[in-house]
Amino acid sequence: MMETFWYCAVTLMLAIYAVLDGFDFGLGIVYRFVAKTEEDRLTALAAIGPVWNGNEVWLVAAGALLFFAFPKAYAAGFSGFYLALILVLWLLMARGLALELRSHLNHILWRQFWDATFAGASTLLAVVLGAALGNLIRGMPLTQDGYFFVALWTNFMTGPDPGILDWFTILMGITSGAILAFHGANYLAMKTEGPLRGQARRAAWLTGSAVAMLVGLAAAAVPFVQPSFRLNYDAHPIGYVFPVIAVVALVAALGLRRRNGDAGAFYATSLLILAMLVSTAWGSYPNILIATNDPANSLTVANATAGAYGMQVGLWWFLIGFGLVIVYQVCAHRAFWGNVQL
Amino acid sequence: MPSALLYDRLQFAFTSTFHYLFPQLTMGLALLLLYLRSRALMTGDEHYRQVARFWTKIFALSFAFGVVTGIPLEFQFGTNWAKFSNFAGGVIGQVLAMEGIFAFFLESSFLGILLFGETRFSQRVQWFAALMLFLGSWLSGYFILATNAWMQHPVAYTVAPDGRLFVDSLSGLLTNPWLFWQYSHNMTAAVVTASFVMAGLGAYYLLSDRHVLYAKTFLRTGVVAGAIAAVLMGFPTGHGNARQVFEHQPIKGAAFEGLFKTERGAGLLLIGQPNIETMTIDNPLIVPDALSVVVYDELYAEVKGLDAFPREDWPDNLPLLYYSYHVMVGLGSILVTVMGLALLWLRRGRLFTAQWLLWLLMLSAPFPYIATTAGWMTAEIGRQPWLVYGLLRTADGASPLVHSGNALFTLLGFLGIYLMLGLLFLFLIAQTIRHGPSGHSVPSESA
Repeated sequence: MMETFWYCAVTLMLAIYAVLDGFDFGLGIVYRFVAKTEEDRLTALAAIGPVWNGNEVWLVAAGALLFFAFPKAYAAGFSGFYLALILVLWLLMARGLALELRSHLNHILWRQFWDATFAGASTLLAVVLGAALGNLIRGMPLTQDGYFFVALWTNFMTGPDPGILDWFTILMGITSGAILAFHGANYLAMKTEGPLRGQARRAAWLTGSAVAMLVGLAAAAVPFVQPSFRLNYDAHPIGYVFPVIAVVALVAALGLRRRNGDAGAFYATSLLILAMLVSTAWGSYPNILIATNDPANSLTVANATAGAYGMQVGLWWFLIGFGLVIVYQVCAHRAFWGNVQL
Repeated sequence: MPSALLYDRLQFAFTSTFHYLFPQLTMGLALLLLYLRSRALMTGDEHYRQVARFWTKIFALSFAFGVVTGIPLEFQFGTNWAKFSNFAGGVIGQVLAMEGIFAFFLESSFLGILLFGETRFSQRVQWFAALMLFLGSWLSGYFILATNAWMQHPVAYTVAPDGRLFVDSLSGLLTNPWLFWQYSHNMTAAVVTASFVMAGLGAYYLLSDRHVLYAKTFLRTGVVAGAIAAVLMGFPTGHGNARQVFEHQPIKGAAFEGLFKTERGAGLLLIGQPNIETMTIDNPLIVPDALSVVVYDELYAEVKGLDAFPREDWPDNLPLLYYSYHVMVGLGSILVTVMGLALLWLRRGRLFTAQWLLWLLMLSAPFPYIATTAGWMTAEIGRQPWLVYGLLRTADGASPLVHSGNALFTLLGFLGIYLMLGLLFLFLIAQTIRHGPSGHSVPSESA
């Protein structure tokens, strides 16, 4: 019971992270294409300037919560994806520096350098995090004592000796990149006006069409790559509500996009991301890390847990703390509500 | 895979040491900024607003580098120290998760308001944001030190059937007796760093006859805060720390002092080079009986030397531990002296004309960084060979399947990236200092 609660809490934190930092990444992906003049670039950056750092904290907090609730899964997952995670760290560092330092010097080369860094790091992060999700779906060869190590790539197949990148995780990565680009472009359109908004809308429309196709492909591949997901859904069909919500959100996002409902489209892509991640978590439960070699080696909410007392007492501070977090985050986002003012 | 272990250790040591160069300034500055903003709010003085705004800029720059270099630490528990995470996550996961939920959101949400809200929000809101920033950064320090204190002095845990540890009292974990001295020592040291930076910059401006009014405020604030904090850093917090080391980690204490043999009336070694082969100290300068007095308040108390403990429990880099400790204590004493003199001269109204003292303050600004780094090296090298004192050896904590090729690859990557980061930071700080608090970069006409 407690274990399930913490599984849901970690999922929720990660999903919120994906929605919030997702629009930062998405904005980074489309940034250099939609904002050509210095003024447009300043406006685009100001749209995320005050909030991106807080958005990133959701990832750190979600990671720490995983450590707290399921230390065994945290230990296995983080060491098993060693290279990919260190790359994520380096990319997060590059993205953060780009956003913080660009304004410090008024020199064209300085700004071009950080613009390229911001765009490149955001694009790669969106793809890598999508691929990471793909890895969790596909599973990994876990040893009996609960560790694994996968190389960055092997033969690009999902078979018994997979790499972090295979055809499926690459597909997931590209899908994630497209979804977040769509999401970020919607955000930018919502926060701006004039020609910049026009460019953002165009980018959103283009990426939105790609999203529809890619999400279909990825969704079709999932039950093929990880049959246990379908078994899970068939055993608990109520879970189908989440993929259905995702489909509805996608259709709504495209429909609203067509009618230039910027805010509506942004909320729809937010819902799409939330629903997709919850769908994945539903399919995986009770597994956190799925063993591809022997199902008995999978790390689940039951065998990776941190002990009954810790989970119980954690509930108290988590509920209080989470309430506070919502207050700060609403304050921080509300404080900069509405269109960007330079 | 012994070499993977070496790279894992070097990587964590390097990334955490580099990281902590930034939070020690921001945590200390958070307190000074709160003072400056309070003063600006109460008096309505535009001057203090300007001063606060300038230091917020420096704060933000240091904070940004602190965030950027801090995220890898949270991840490296898992990536490089998987067995340790698995073993101890049921305890320290608790405080690390609390840090994320209670401190990080507080800091990042309100820093945005302080940095981007200059024109958007009232003075009162900005003051409140400064207060929240102070709370957030000091809470963050508390939780992370609760983690370290537990690794130094494990409390409040039970052992599960599979050998992993689970917390059995959250309040016990948060009130670990070790934590009290460690936290107070660490936080006063952070205030010392920030005060020296503030006073040092004030001295620099005053000596170069620029931004003179601001320089005097920097000096006044920095010297008063610095003198108080430097004294507290030594006594009672530094002293309290040393005592608990001798009580609970006597091997570490003996290594601090280069005490190879158990002695009654042990002397306090001021200077000297430990020789591990002969187990003696070369060129010693000793205050007779002083160590026994400092540790046990008793002239002839017996202090256990390294010979009282099995060799496999000795810290694995004894000379480095010994030097770290002596550098920390030596520099700490110098810092107290410098700030003490400056405070005296300030009270007599002569600080602003005492060129030699201004030079001294300016040149001392880097020393707190070195002293703090040496202090952390003392704590961490001294904890060896244990990762969790008495419970888990460092050799048993690393990730089992991350081989040395991968660990070295990322270590080299971090070295290269952090070299660039360090250069960038220095460049940007120099830029900010050159720009100055009043916003124009030309030297004043009177020069």
